[in-house]
Amino acid sequence: MIRGWRAVYYRETLILRRRLRRLSVSMAVSPLLYIVAFGYAMGPEPRFDGRTYLEFLIPGLAAMASMTQAWAVASEINISRFYHKVFEEIQAAPVSPAGYALGEVLAGVTRAFLGVAMILGLGFLFGVRGCWGPLFWLGVFLNSFVFACLAVAMAMVVKSHADQSMLTSLVITPMAFLGGTFFPVDRLPDWARTAVSVLPLTPASKAIRAAAFGRAPDPGLFLLLGLLGLILFGLAVYCVRLARD
Amino acid sequence: MILMDGLRKAYKGREALCGVSLAVAAGEIFAYLGPNGAGKTTTIRILSGLTRRIQGKVELNGFDLAAQGVEARAQCGVVAQTINLDQDLTVRENLDIHGRLFAMPAIARRSRIAEVLDYVELAERDGSLVKDLSGGLKRRVTIARALMHEPAILFLDEPTVGLDPNIRRRIWALIKKIQRDGSTVFLTTHYIEEAEFLADRVAFLDHGRLVALDTPENLMRPYGVWAFDPVHDADQAPAFFPTRQQANDYASGREGGFLVRRVNLEDAFRAATGRRLE
Repeated sequence: MIRGWRAVYYRETLILRRRLRRLSVSMAVSPLLYIVAFGYAMGPEPRFDGRTYLEFLIPGLAAMASMTQAWAVASEINISRFYHKVFEEIQAAPVSPAGYALGEVLAGVTRAFLGVAMILGLGFLFGVRGCWGPLFWLGVFLNSFVFACLAVAMAMVVKSHADQSMLTSLVITPMAFLGGTFFPVDRLPDWARTAVSVLPLTPASKAIRAAAFGRAPDPGLFLLLGLLGLILFGLAVYCVRLARD
Repeated sequence: MILMDGLRKAYKGREALCGVSLAVAAGEIFAYLGPNGAGKTTTIRILSGLTRRIQGKVELNGFDLAAQGVEARAQCGVVAQTINLDQDLTVRENLDIHGRLFAMPAIARRSRIAEVLDYVELAERDGSLVKDLSGGLKRRVTIARALMHEPAILFLDEPTVGLDPNIRRRIWALIKKIQRDGSTVFLTTHYIEEAEFLADRVAFLDHGRLVALDTPENLMRPYGVWAFDPVHDADQAPAFFPTRQQANDYASGREGGFLVRRVNLEDAFRAATGRRLE
């Protein structure tokens, strides 16, 4: 039974609100640099899908932000586990593993929505107008759900904050650069395209970018992300259950 | 009440608890006394659902911890050894989150927060950030938080460790008050005076085994009332006497540092285990 998720989610959002100003700055810095360095400076050429590189880049950055911000919930969990020990307070409460996992995953999704909103705001300042409709946000939701589930599962497994940083370096950073954020995956050689297509961020980037360009994304991409999300949520619940030493 | 039957736990092959069985009656203050590494915290972690046992049964107020974990945990409040509060949130917010975790309705949470803060004499600090409080105040917040959902059983793991004597006495008074209001209190400590002052019954734990269990008076009775303690030699056992005069007579003419003092629970612990509490 999913019990206690509202309390877990409330706690995370309360902390998020308390840190919102600082968090907003950190959420804005990297995308701003990418926009300036890779997008704005390149000007109207070259063109991808008939659009400027900046227009191509913004949805990719949105997909990347939905991944990294959702993943960042792992750091919050680690702080509460290893430093403040608040995780034990939650473990001692009548909260089910599924309730804990859902609360944290939704907190990750909330962070992701904030991060994406920040990118769209920056894009607007640089003159990028896209189709930020329901399909775009569905893609953002599914992608952030997938990575928040993975983050909760990994946060239960790691033994220290250093382990978490290593996982980020090994898993998230390569995916951010290879998952279709900065270039069209279709331009890669066959072997490389096959390799990057198995990364969860790749279908998310495709779906989010298609929606942002006003096209109907392939429903199979949403289905794939939804299925992956369910599997990873199961893994997250399993890992929370294991976290009792 | 609390029931433990054949509780066992091992970490990497080393046994931390070796089949501990005991029962704590409703409304009792029960102290678990032992040196560092005896298995006190392991026991309290198992009882509060933080650590899995490898064998044995636990019942909390009639709920089996294994089969009815959620219901069993709902009976308990836990004050951990470390201050496990959200440091960036206010006192009130920490208590509110606890109430939500225990599914308390909003109206009940609001009134209960005021009650428990009043109870621990922190009503005027409800809007303070936890990180701005002293260690003693933080400890009182953790106790207030554990009392939020009116638990039948309160677990306190070394509740006064690291606190100065004045604060320690205030916490002791608070624990007595909690008992008077009907809760069962299970506390671990390695402070003998804490166990003597607070506990209705005391269990000695050594190397994961229960070596004695009785009231403090019964545990100390075999050793008389006064002790000659040769403090200059930690390995030498104290000598015990029924009267102070006899202890003084024994001490007269002896050289080196010594102390004539009342018999305490450490004497009983040392007699039962052959070693000191530290």
